[in-house]
Amino acid sequence: MSDASRRSNLPPLALHVPEPKFRPGDAVDFADVTVPPVDAARRPDTSERADAFHDLAFGLVRVLDMDGTAGGQWNPRLSPDAMRRMLRNMALTRAFDERMFRAQRQGKTSFYMKSLGEEAVSIGAAAALADDDMCFPSYRQQGILLSRGCNLVDMMNQIYSNRGDKLMGRQLPIMYSEKDFGFFSISGNLTTQYPQAVGWAMASAAKGDTRIAATWCGEGSTAEGDFHSACTFASVYRAPVIFNVVNNQWAISSFSGFAGAEATTFAARAVGYGIAGLRIDGNDALAVYAATKWAAERARTNQGPTLIEHFTYRAEGHSTSDDPTQYRSAGEPNAWPLGDPIVRLRDHLIGLGEWDEARHAAMDKELSDQVKAAQKEAEKNGILGHGMHQPFDTMFEGVFEEMPPHLREQQAQMRAERASAGVTVGGNL
Amino acid sequence: MNMIQAINSAMDVMMARDPDVIVMGEDVGYFGGVFRATAGLQAKYGKTRVFDTPITECGIIGVAVGMGAYGLRPVPEIQFADYIYPALDQLVSEAARLRYRSAGEFTAPITVRSPFGGGIFGGQTHSQSPEGIFTHVSGLKTVIPSTPYDAKGLLIAAIEDNDPTIFFEPKRIYNGPFDGHYDRPSKNWSAHPGGEVPEDYYRIDLGTANVVRAGNDVTILAYGTMVHVAMNTIETLGIDAEIVDLRSLVPLDIETIEASVKKTGRCVIVHEATRTGGFGAELSAQVQERCFHHLEAPIERVTGFDTPYPHSLEWAYFPGPVRIGDALKKVMKD
Ligand SMILES: Cc1ncc(C[n+]2csc(CCOP(=O)(O)OP(=O)(O)O)c2C)c(N)n1
Repeated sequence: MSDASRRSNLPPLALHVPEPKFRPGDAVDFADVTVPPVDAARRPDTSERADAFHDLAFGLVRVLDMDGTAGGQWNPRLSPDAMRRMLRNMALTRAFDERMFRAQRQGKTSFYMKSLGEEAVSIGAAAALADDDMCFPSYRQQGILLSRGCNLVDMMNQIYSNRGDKLMGRQLPIMYSEKDFGFFSISGNLTTQYPQAVGWAMASAAKGDTRIAATWCGEGSTAEGDFHSACTFASVYRAPVIFNVVNNQWAISSFSGFAGAEATTFAARAVGYGIAGLRIDGNDALAVYAATKWAAERARTNQGPTLIEHFTYRAEGHSTSDDPTQYRSAGEPNAWPLGDPIVRLRDHLIGLGEWDEARHAAMDKELSDQVKAAQKEAEKNGILGHGMHQPFDTMFEGVFEEMPPHLREQQAQMRAERASAGVTVGGNL
Repeated sequence: MNMIQAINSAMDVMMARDPDVIVMGEDVGYFGGVFRATAGLQAKYGKTRVFDTPITECGIIGVAVGMGAYGLRPVPEIQFADYIYPALDQLVSEAARLRYRSAGEFTAPITVRSPFGGGIFGGQTHSQSPEGIFTHVSGLKTVIPSTPYDAKGLLIAAIEDNDPTIFFEPKRIYNGPFDGHYDRPSKNWSAHPGGEVPEDYYRIDLGTANVVRAGNDVTILAYGTMVHVAMNTIETLGIDAEIVDLRSLVPLDIETIEASVKKTGRCVIVHEATRTGGFGAELSAQVQERCFHHLEAPIERVTGFDTPYPHSLEWAYFPGPVRIGDALKKVMKD
């Protein structure tokens, strides 16, 4: 600091660096997390102007009380069958995650990411969207694929990068691409899918289509420039798109304060862009469903984009490469005031007399067996690490539609090298 | 020390010496970075000198440029080199040209650290070698160490440097040297001379290459992980190669390169980055310009292929001893 800039009558400036409330070893108390009652939030007509309900960007839309009763204006009054389907899809996602996480720990693949605790975000949305609406997910929305009936073995083949992997082992495990299921190719670069979703939605509108787009990112990723470019385009052109911000409190080791959570909500980002903003209970599958349905109706009736903040909690590590006990209190996941999304919907159905503990246990067993069987099937196609499953020269295919001469030359060079070295399977040269 | 510890030590030494040095980036604060390169620094130097940032690479570099304009010496981390692209505009159009366009009124004395390169099953978004993008930009320095000892000395020099520097850390050799054979356990740095790292201050000037092995038959130009693969290759082939570890690409120690190629008359260039327009092309041109009459064989390049980094085929992609050996045999034939 130069002396010239020091003004004797002013206090020195100070830099504020956010700090999460709890660190490893701290006792956890989430008393200051406001959990309003289910009838606190009004449900505007989908034709209302976005600036007429700014309050919804700061509240918390909820349908399920913590005791399992549903209520309030947002209650979608789903049939028991529809709710049981959602419950099942959440349980399937959890069973799938559990098994694949273990497969990574057993050295069968290089990497995995769970969505434990935030399953309602994908499942509620998938239930509310039309099957041909286009999803631009981040890496924690495997629940959308499972909801839409994607084959478990196909998903696992991708995770194992084996010879059944239609992406030919090119992508990291979990970075699916499933055009047939309205699921855009996942990028490892955060939030690049946001403007792309807007572009797809703008194209759909320009062509007079009826399909809309939806996209997801974490709260940490809202800091990326792409997020803001997407909001601007969506606002300007009233793109039929739904922006989902999954606020699961943590971005690897950085708490949500490093994305701006100390100052405002993530749904409030919408306000500055003139976009409809909703902050919802992300552990409440019915609230996710209701909010998505509402946002989809706005999009489909040319009312433009909606930004939904899903207030939830990442109960597991960021990925298999992460150890959350290094940076947050081990007490957090259990103390999280919005509970477990599966337990909440289960209790609701039980309360309605539409479900019971025994059926739930039987379902869990059935799903676990189903996932186990799929795993066995997928492993017949090989697991990552057991040699090469794709012919090595496929590496050069698909860079361009037609292989240009320089790649053909490099491919030939590689074939010759391998032949001279007598290496036909795995192994580097 | 391993390379991560050496890098940590460089920042530690510089933060202790100069209160203007600050460290910032995604997860670098309390947690100490996803590769642990900044572990312990926040506890030691406080939150205003070592802090986590929002996840926005253009923001991280843009803010670092502003801090540099104030007079600080920011050492921002980009978590993986693959994520440096959102920051390109701030690096290329701003940091790199600030001194020039303001005639020295403002400068950007920043050192951007970032792990790069493949060999850890990172797939196409955790494996790239983008150094060629930066060496093409006037106003940026690009530095790549191959041992813990060099990493510390070079990082200290980069932090002391008044110009913006891209400091790429070969993550494959963070924990130990690598001989190019993915299925052999990697050795520990403790058994390697480059792993002997003094605790306190020392610097290795940017733009000084290191002849890591003297030889008479052929010059191998390499940097980062490839120095170790090249070393291993010539040991198994029994070729008397001279290996030059470039250590910094810009500024480039062309004198050392020229002297070596003039002595051996042959040159093989090795890097992991894609081939077309890679730094190997620049090296080849400069060697040709200066050593044409001394060359006894055409210059050979061993590089990654012009494809994105494939997850499951990464070991087929990664330049290993066979590929380097073939190039050596080819230049030795003439
Ligand atoms: C452009 C870019 N920068 C950095 C990273 C490294 N990275 C991967 S995930 C992640 C944290 C993301 O957190 P958040 O957006 O909150 O999503 P969550 O993982 O919590 O679902 C980071 C920093 C990346 N993948 N891409």
